[in-house]
This record gives sequence, C-alpha cells and structure tokens, in this order.
Amino acid sequence: MKIKTLSELLGAELICGESHLESEVHSACGSDMMSDVLRYVKDQGVLLTGLVNSQVIRTAEMMDMMCVVFVRSKRPTLEMIHIADECGIALLTTDLRLYDACGILYTNGLGVK
Amino acid sequence: MSEHLAFHFDVDGENFVSAGQASVQIKKNLRQLGLPPETIRRVSIAMYEGEINMVIHANGGSADVLVYEDKIVIILDDKGPGIKDIEQAMQEGFSTATDRVRALGFGAGMGLPNMKHYTDEMTIESTVGVGTKITMQVNL
Repeated sequence: MKIKTLSELLGAELICGESHLESEVHSACGSDMMSDVLRYVKDQGVLLTGLVNSQVIRTAEMMDMMCVVFVRSKRPTLEMIHIADECGIALLTTDLRLYDACGILYTNGLGVK
Repeated sequence: MSEHLAFHFDVDGENFVSAGQASVQIKKNLRQLGLPPETIRRVSIAMYEGEINMVIHANGGSADVLVYEDKIVIILDDKGPGIKDIEQAMQEGFSTATDRVRALGFGAGMGLPNMKHYTDEMTIESTVGVGTKITMQVNL
C-alpha cells in the first residue's frame, strides 16, 4: 500500500515527508509501548501510535520504518519533525483512535497475510 | 585478536529527548561499512535499548562498539545503581521503571529481553551501588 493511499484511508494530514507519499509499505504496528514495537521487525513498516515524544521517531528509525501515524489528533513537536525529516520518515496525524485506524488499514489489506 | 574498528560514545543521562543518538550514529557508521541491513538493525536496536536503559536507570554511561571481521561487540558501561537480581531483570515484563518513564513509552520490562533477543551473546556484570556492564555480541 502506498503511504498516500494509507493517508487517504485514515483521513490523515501529512505533517512532513511529502516525497515519501508514493513509497510502498507492507506492514504496520500499532502501539504506545516502544519496547514492544522494537520487538516486531518487519521491513517497510508503519507505526501507529498515540505517544508523542522524540523516542517514537528514533524507534521508527531503528526499525527502518517509513511512516509514523499519530492517532487521536496528536501532533508531533518541531524537534520530532526535524528528526523525521533527517532520517526520511513521513509523519501523519489522524483524528481516528488507534483501534479504528489499525482496523481500517487491516481491512484494506495492509499487513494481511 | 584480529584488527578491529572501535567507536566510543558518551551517553548523556540528563536528557531523555536526545537519548538514542549514539545508536543513530552507530547505525550510520555500520551502513558506511556496508554491513547487511539485518545485522545493522540488530546491533542498533540492542544498543538503543541499552542506551535508553542507561538514561532511565543509570544517569548515563558509555557505549563502545567494536567491529571485528566475524563479529560486532557492544559494551555498555554505567555507574548507576546496579541490578539487584539479574535473573528477574531478564524476565519479560519485569521493570523497576517509574510511571514517568512508562508514560514516555518505555519501562515495559522488554529492554533487557530485547537486547538478548537481538544479539547472539549477552553477559551482564552488575554490582549494586557500583554500576552495570553489559557486553553483547552479534556474529557476522
């Protein structure tokens, strides 16, 4: 699924990383616990989270993720946007709750085995 | 001992926001060496968890990464409070982290287990009141 499609499905707002909109992602992970996220390694993943601090972006970077979606209308700080820009990660924000956002992506085929 | 490359980092214990900078840097360094992405990821995740631990529990410390022909060794050294019961600390879900740390997305008791999970060997030497030294190895 392209990040652009994912963004449309979630009614999300792109905060940074416009150049990544055409990139393909194949899996996603929804969590507010970064150590749990660090356990699940899959290429080209998306992280959906309600947590807002710079370690969210670092975690995504460690996992080679391409996109972070903030749920429940959360917005990243300028510091986070700066880090994401540096390491090439797209940031999105959606009004949806974590469960709903994950459900929509799953029912549209993202990460379905 | 075969020749190796060595990288040294001081981990600032005061600043949670900047935690992880050493792991980001080592990831770049290993990429420049042309190592396999999976190896780079394992090393950087293990080191990142260690770095977060040093910031959360030990007020910082040092990280050394040694790259040999056949392995990468990561040594994390701190002068923190030490680990009272290492066996207990290795159990998934066990944590002494504060609510403040949990609110930041860590402290789920997965740090040390994740470090073990992503490395081929891990040893912990710790003395209460003195500090902790963790040595991890990823085979190439």
